[in-house]
Amino acid sequence: MLSNIKKKDLFIYLGVLAFALIAPNVFSDYRIQFTFWLVLIILAITWNIQGGEMGYNTFGNIMFFGVGMYVCSGIQIGLFFDLAEWTVSGGEKTFVHTPDQYFQGLWIGLLAAAIIPAIIALVIGYGVLGLRGHYFAICTLGIGIASGEVAGGIELIGAGQGMTAPPWPKDIGGTEYRNEFFYYLTLALFVMTFVFIKWLYSTRFRLVLNAIRDNEDKAEAMGIETMRYKITGWVISAFFVGLAGGLVGNIVGYIEPVEVAFDGREMGVFMVLMCILGGKGTLWGPVIGASVFHIFKESFWSFFLGWQYVALGVLIIVIVVYLPEGIMGFLREKKPEWFGEVMDEEDRKAQVTLD
Amino acid sequence: MDLLIFEHPILIVQALMDGVLLGILFALIAYGMALQWGVMNIINIAQGELVIMGGYVAYFLYMYGIHPAYGVIVSPIVMYFVGIGIYKLVINKVVDKDLFTSILATFGISILMMQLMNFVFGADVVVAQSNFGTTMLFDNSVTLPNSKIFASAVSVLAAIVLVLYMKKSKLGRAIRATAQNARAAKILGVDTEKVYASTFGINAALCGVAGALIAITFTLHPYVGLPYTVRSFMIVIVAGLGNLPGVALSGMGLGVFEEFADYLLGTEFRIAAVFLLLVLILVYRRFKLARSREYLK
Repeated sequence: MLSNIKKKDLFIYLGVLAFALIAPNVFSDYRIQFTFWLVLIILAITWNIQGGEMGYNTFGNIMFFGVGMYVCSGIQIGLFFDLAEWTVSGGEKTFVHTPDQYFQGLWIGLLAAAIIPAIIALVIGYGVLGLRGHYFAICTLGIGIASGEVAGGIELIGAGQGMTAPPWPKDIGGTEYRNEFFYYLTLALFVMTFVFIKWLYSTRFRLVLNAIRDNEDKAEAMGIETMRYKITGWVISAFFVGLAGGLVGNIVGYIEPVEVAFDGREMGVFMVLMCILGGKGTLWGPVIGASVFHIFKESFWSFFLGWQYVALGVLIIVIVVYLPEGIMGFLREKKPEWFGEVMDEEDRKAQVTLD
Repeated sequence: MDLLIFEHPILIVQALMDGVLLGILFALIAYGMALQWGVMNIINIAQGELVIMGGYVAYFLYMYGIHPAYGVIVSPIVMYFVGIGIYKLVINKVVDKDLFTSILATFGISILMMQLMNFVFGADVVVAQSNFGTTMLFDNSVTLPNSKIFASAVSVLAAIVLVLYMKKSKLGRAIRATAQNARAAKILGVDTEKVYASTFGINAALCGVAGALIAITFTLHPYVGLPYTVRSFMIVIVAGLGNLPGVALSGMGLGVFEEFADYLLGTEFRIAAVFLLLVLILVYRRFKLARSREYLK
């Protein structure tokens, strides 16, 4: 696989990796922001599998995020203590994880946080992915919100009050060390996700997804078992989004159904927005979109104190109306040679636009 | 699971009546959604927010000591212009794009309106007292607030007025022509841009009526708009576009379903039940419509 990467690209990858390794240590006050930046990129590139490559605009990937969060923390606690008592007590004082218990719980929890959302995607995929177009969009919107409402009614996981994730064992290092640990864990997940999806896009799989996006009936008529590919794509997204959710639950430390876990108004919209902002259906688009969006959000959100959602609403409308092809689409139109497209100048001048 | 409702059959009557009265209101909102879906081919996620904003107009009157029932007249007028404004600012740019663009754009509008209402009216649950009293039926065992009866009567009236308007007036005819074939209508001299704007305005006005009625009968909160959108979407896909009796019937069915879900599962699962029903209906519809597909091995 390495041999396929061109020299110029390798340079970019090494640069990004070096930045990701060094920058959080230079700007150590912003380590949490860097962590969330990576999480947003993971959410955007996994959303792109559905929204960009396959043409299935889902609002429901947030469900995998929330399920991953609850599953990871639930297992971290449930392995060693009584989950019901934990949520009732608010996770205070009486229950303390030893470092060994904490890390055992974390690894098992993360594993489950990846597998259980993937299984859910597999089970509901057959029913839900058969819907087309806006029916799919609204159905997944319903799924995302329903899961938050259901989680808000289950007493075991703290109902509407939410529950705390296991606190970091203080014996092995303070909050600084904790942030550093979770940053590198998120970075590892990001690299894993990116490499996997880059590999995936170099296979026939991406061509099939694009065929589904362009004309599903035709793809089917050509003998492609579209449903199998659609479900596989969703399972892959669910796997990585669930992992990201499990990590975020631990980073935030407090899991609440509507505002944190199944936050359709924030994360659920962000992933769609970032992907469209960067450019749907490209590998780098979501990465760029997530980065631009995160920088915008972190630098301006504090100016809009209390007005964040108003700004978000305006941002959605502006992006959807004026930048539907995203940054990558804009660049592609202006600088086609960057994308390896050869343009004949004579030919382009000879083109006549009809109005 | 709470089975109290089956131990006391009178509660079933109560739930049925509440559900039907509630459902008529839902049907009114759904009718507006069907109208703009059919004419402009957009799905408006901000439908619920238009309803809630209409409700706050009535609540605004109530705060200044005017009886909130007058909101039924004031609110649609205000909301008509709000609707036209939204159309001019945003919707006219997405109306000929693909459906997902309009879904996302109206989603943005919905977040925006939600937050603006939160600023203006605060995040508390409010209710506009109508003091209409209650009607007791069956030896005082079934209570019906008069405000609910008033609400369904007004809803039916609004629907009748709208149907007549669509049948008789010139604009109504233009709207129906545009719904059938926008290009042909344009060629024959219909100003489709104006038709779209008025359709969106009429829909917003309908939402205004429904919102004012909700302010009287139920409660208002800036963030409860989305369930109304989903309810009307559900009603429209079950009934189909342009099928008024179907919309009314499925609206009532949904109302009854919600009341029963409320009794059986508990109020905390009420919204969850609505959203799960949406998913179930869509998935059922998909299996019903799917042809039997076979593949070569």
